[in-house]
Amino acid sequence: MAKKKFVVACFDEEAVLFPAVKKVRTAGYRIHDIYTPFPIHGLDHAMGLRETSLHTAGFIYGITGTATAVSGISWIFTRDWPMNIGGKPHFALPAWIPITFELTVLFAAVGMVMTFCYLCQMAPGVKKHHFHPRATDDLFVMVIECTAKTNVDDLKGFLESQGGLEVNEQVAEPGWWFGRYDKEQQLIRDTTVEVA
Amino acid sequence: MHIRYESQVREPLVYGEKTYHDVTQDIISPIEVPPSKLWYIGFSISVLLLCFGIYSVYREVTYGIGQWNLNKTVGWGWDITNFVWWVGIGHAGTLISAILLLFRQGWRTGVNRAAEAMTIFAVMCAGQFPIWHMGRVWMAFFVMPYPNSRGPLWPNFNSPLLWDVFAISTYFTVSLLFWYSGLLPDFASVRDRARTKLRKMLYGVASFGWNGSTKHWQRFESLSLVLAGLATPLVLSVHTIVSFDFATSVIPGWHTTIFPPYFVAGAIFSGFAMVQTLLVITRRVLGLQDYITLGHIEAMNKVIVLTGSIVGCAYLTELFMGWYSQNKYEGYTFWYSRANLFSPYGWAYYGMMACNVLSPQIFWFRKMRRSLKVTFFMSVIVNVGMWFERFVIIVTSLYRDYLPSSWSVYYHPTIWEIGFFTGSIGLFFTCYFLFAKYFPVIAVAEIKHVLKQTGEGFKERMDVHEGQKVEEFAHEHAH
Repeated sequence: MAKKKFVVACFDEEAVLFPAVKKVRTAGYRIHDIYTPFPIHGLDHAMGLRETSLHTAGFIYGITGTATAVSGISWIFTRDWPMNIGGKPHFALPAWIPITFELTVLFAAVGMVMTFCYLCQMAPGVKKHHFHPRATDDLFVMVIECTAKTNVDDLKGFLESQGGLEVNEQVAEPGWWFGRYDKEQQLIRDTTVEVA
Repeated sequence: MHIRYESQVREPLVYGEKTYHDVTQDIISPIEVPPSKLWYIGFSISVLLLCFGIYSVYREVTYGIGQWNLNKTVGWGWDITNFVWWVGIGHAGTLISAILLLFRQGWRTGVNRAAEAMTIFAVMCAGQFPIWHMGRVWMAFFVMPYPNSRGPLWPNFNSPLLWDVFAISTYFTVSLLFWYSGLLPDFASVRDRARTKLRKMLYGVASFGWNGSTKHWQRFESLSLVLAGLATPLVLSVHTIVSFDFATSVIPGWHTTIFPPYFVAGAIFSGFAMVQTLLVITRRVLGLQDYITLGHIEAMNKVIVLTGSIVGCAYLTELFMGWYSQNKYEGYTFWYSRANLFSPYGWAYYGMMACNVLSPQIFWFRKMRRSLKVTFFMSVIVNVGMWFERFVIIVTSLYRDYLPSSWSVYYHPTIWEIGFFTGSIGLFFTCYFLFAKYFPVIAVAEIKHVLKQTGEGFKERMDVHEGQKVEEFAHEHAH
């Protein structure tokens, strides 16, 4: 993955951010992402992102857990090693409900968290380029990807007119790499910038 | 625009004219200064208790369960009492973070992080008791169902004790995931404002490279909602299954259908009490009174009086059923062994009644609910009472069984049994002290999320909308 050129604008008010997102999109610019210190409801729709299907994945994991528990215990207690427990039936489904339930929850929770980390590319030791350190404090950082046709100065002026603060230009790698946050590190050493 | 109308009648959840940056600053700055003398004192005491506990466990492993005064009749004593007590305490966190999330209780945001941490530590303590009670602890892995070289010999899936293994381990895992996923954005906040290299590196690793992307937040919210939905039945199932350990047996005093709801109510009761014990001190020491307000304390006290009364109702129902069933063993346990003050353990029963049923009634008064001293004192009393409840249930049902020749009239613990218990308290507080020092004790991102709805300064600005019609308001602010 090559480096790309971005124009970054910060906002400190939701009331300014939302109209700006609308204007930027109507003007035909491509919003790479908006980094915010907390979830802003409705921003995903304003940016035109689609709904996440993470909950569907969670449902599938949950069903897997249910199936694992029921099939596993049934096989163990009726086929592999039928145990006589007080003369009760080998296929004692009601007594298996607690474990079935627990495994459903366990599979769904573990599966979803792992999927979440995979989709968001997060793991211990992962490092990414952060466009502004206050994106996790009090600023909403809008990042716009530049193409060959983008006139950077126009775009900067446009963002400033929309209420953007600290508008600047950054060349960065959009992906992730393993690295440490106390060091200046980048995965790609060569300085060529790719433009779409 | 993201304003949601909040009734002016409701108390603000965040006091003062805060900006987003103030929130970060207030909650994260205690992490960035060296610990206080008080912290070192508290932490050292906790570690000392923990060491005593470790030595007690060492003696138990070396010499066997006989180190605790357990015998054939009283096979479960302090250890299982402590187990149930800790699991109960470990219920408040997930209740606050999951059930109150689904019920849209805004006040949970101020206390959920610390309560969840407390839950995880309490479950860690709880887990110690059944594990070391196994005696030959090196065979503990026998409870795991895997194709083994012993047959394969499987555990008994119809046994409530095995259900417990699954319930507690699932509960621990899910609570941990829920807690840690919520911590990621806050670790990122600590990382991005870190001044020292070491802090930047460690919190960088802990934050998993979180950057606050809108797409990530969208997935994050979906994840927390589903985890809350999963954790809600889970938290109810855990203490239900713990109660099955007793309810599915044929011991008078245990063999009752009221146990699951009674145990769950008791768990929430003691869990909230422990949250109060910790937060009343934490908010003061870390100066977080603007975020954990008297309103939060009062809301939790309301939960305490409700669940305490449910528990009291269950005690009376049990007594009634002891008579109504006309079963002489039941009657003996409830009316002779427990409700009789002059029986060997009568004092424990009345101690439990006084601590759990009578004293929380003080919270019917608003002034008491909002008094920090009363809250702290009561939170300790409630947990003492809840410990007695488990002791009463376990020991008074066992010590006089069907065969009078094997009655064990006076079971009392040894120093090593007590040492194990104090060791678990040491473990709990060691973990909590570390948490309070190195973790953001309040969910920073969640507070920022509700700041503009329930922050004091923002609520005042909403006064103009009071006279507005709902439709007008919605038209202006909905997007």
